[in-house]
Amino acid sequence: MNRRLALLLCVLALAALPAFNALPAEHPLHVPDFLVSVVGKWICYAILALAIDLAWGYAGILSLGHGAFFALGGYAIGMHLMRLIGPRGVYGHPVLPDFMVFLGYTELPWYWLGFDWFAFAFLMALFVPGLLALVVGWLAFRSRITGVYLSIITQAMTYALMLAFFRNDMGFGGNNGFTDFKELLGMPLNTGATRAVLFYASLATLVLVFWGSAHLTQTKLGRVLTAIRDAESRTRFLGYNVTQHKLFVFVLSAMIAGLAGALYVPQVGIINPSEFSPGNSIEAVVWVAFGGRGTLVGAVLGAFSVNALKTWLTSVAPDLWLIVLGLLFVIVTLLLPKGLVGLLRRRGS
Amino acid sequence: MSGTGLYVDGVTVTFDGFRALNALSLVVEPGELRAVIGPNGAGKTTMMDVITGKTRPDTGIVRFAGRDLTKLDEAAIATLGIGRKFQKPTVFDALTVFENLELALKAPRGPIACLRWVLAGAARARIEAIMEQIGLAARREDLAGLLSHGQRQWLEIGMLLMQEPDLLLVDEPVAGMTDHETEQTAALLRGIAGTRSVVVVEHDLEFVRALDCRVTVLHEGSVLSEGSITHVQADPRVIEVYLGR
Repeated sequence: MNRRLALLLCVLALAALPAFNALPAEHPLHVPDFLVSVVGKWICYAILALAIDLAWGYAGILSLGHGAFFALGGYAIGMHLMRLIGPRGVYGHPVLPDFMVFLGYTELPWYWLGFDWFAFAFLMALFVPGLLALVVGWLAFRSRITGVYLSIITQAMTYALMLAFFRNDMGFGGNNGFTDFKELLGMPLNTGATRAVLFYASLATLVLVFWGSAHLTQTKLGRVLTAIRDAESRTRFLGYNVTQHKLFVFVLSAMIAGLAGALYVPQVGIINPSEFSPGNSIEAVVWVAFGGRGTLVGAVLGAFSVNALKTWLTSVAPDLWLIVLGLLFVIVTLLLPKGLVGLLRRRGS
Repeated sequence: MSGTGLYVDGVTVTFDGFRALNALSLVVEPGELRAVIGPNGAGKTTMMDVITGKTRPDTGIVRFAGRDLTKLDEAAIATLGIGRKFQKPTVFDALTVFENLELALKAPRGPIACLRWVLAGAARARIEAIMEQIGLAARREDLAGLLSHGQRQWLEIGMLLMQEPDLLLVDEPVAGMTDHETEQTAALLRGIAGTRSVVVVEHDLEFVRALDCRVTVLHEGSVLSEGSITHVQADPRVIEVYLGR
């Protein structure tokens, strides 16, 4: 099938990047380091876009707080990375990370226990966002809060978390967050080989999440979600417990977002409360809207294209970015309700 | 399955002093097709609301399948085997005809069950049979959003049938339909009755004639006349309050 072949070629093209990066610098096909790390970031964004698309494009849950799930996943893996620094911090404390020494902590807070183990941190990167989504979703969906009201609640959620994580006494490094990571799973973080490993891990995750989402949307659950999106009360009238279905997809989506954050942080080498800022969540929704919500290809395409534009524009005219982002949203809403994918399909037919 | 009868006995409903239903009594036999007509405000929709549990009567009972429906809520009544088709068709436009019917099929409804759902042969055969019955078999793969108004109404009736109700309440099914569609709808409802009871509320007298069934005329919340369409059209009281105007 043509579409599958095109997707496979895209994945292969991406997979080639770190390989070309490994070529000597004077080789004509050499890919610079920054391109590998920047595309690695975009891959994480694409996973986040898929998460948003599952909730919004398929089930009609417009969350403007998915940045919070992404950041929580990032913080979970960030805590593990902090533990791995060990005594190599600036203060050289045998147990505590630098910021805790600086803030006068005498011992490790209880909620840091367990983060010495990668597996635990990885599970937390899925579990914590999932739990938050379960609580917020249960309260909202049970009371039949939908549409713009739900969006506002999720914005408030991510804003509240941002304020909380800014506080030094939360034990998450305050506004500096976590940085100066040294290694992960025994690999030093600043080498090309590690960059390639993280890149491939992200790419494999993207493919897996894409494949899983494609499968989910083809099941009867996918059709029930579409039904809920288009006529929620009618679906309830058919005997479906709409709250359960929405909770299921919302929690799943939050966990995927957490996974994306967990892959993102080791690649960028820093996580701080600005990741929770409401603007981030809105930007992620714009990716999906621009690419084409309700189609998985659209979400991924949107994440890559908008971020490519952002990377380019913030280097040539940084002041223009927010204006362009806003314009993009207006144009897509008015002229391209089905996004880039809709435009391509119209051309095709 | 020959369905179970519906007994409405002495039902009165008042809204702010206005008597929407006034000691209404009505019996629908198992498998019977019944048309209910009457001028605006005669209490047709209120009667439907009482039967489906949307409105609670002040007095009176509604008996179905051995239960008093006035004591049950909407969901319980639906599970008991009463399906209601509202005036405005609400089908899922983004899904195909087949998928719409599949969603309505009796099956476990939880998220995990839906995730693992595999359409078995018997269920598929049932969907096929219903598509045949509502005359949409040729359009199985078409999105419901592409159907005509009449076809959407039939699809919705089909979705109700998927839930295997013993009693089907149909509210003004032919409003906005072409003459041809109206005829087909009458044939469809005649075909459904027999295995299930069907109550049709309708304004269109041509359609009621095509249904060829017992007709109940409501007026000011109670039964004014009952019998064949020829009988009620000849009834002087009916002519006075309804047909004569």
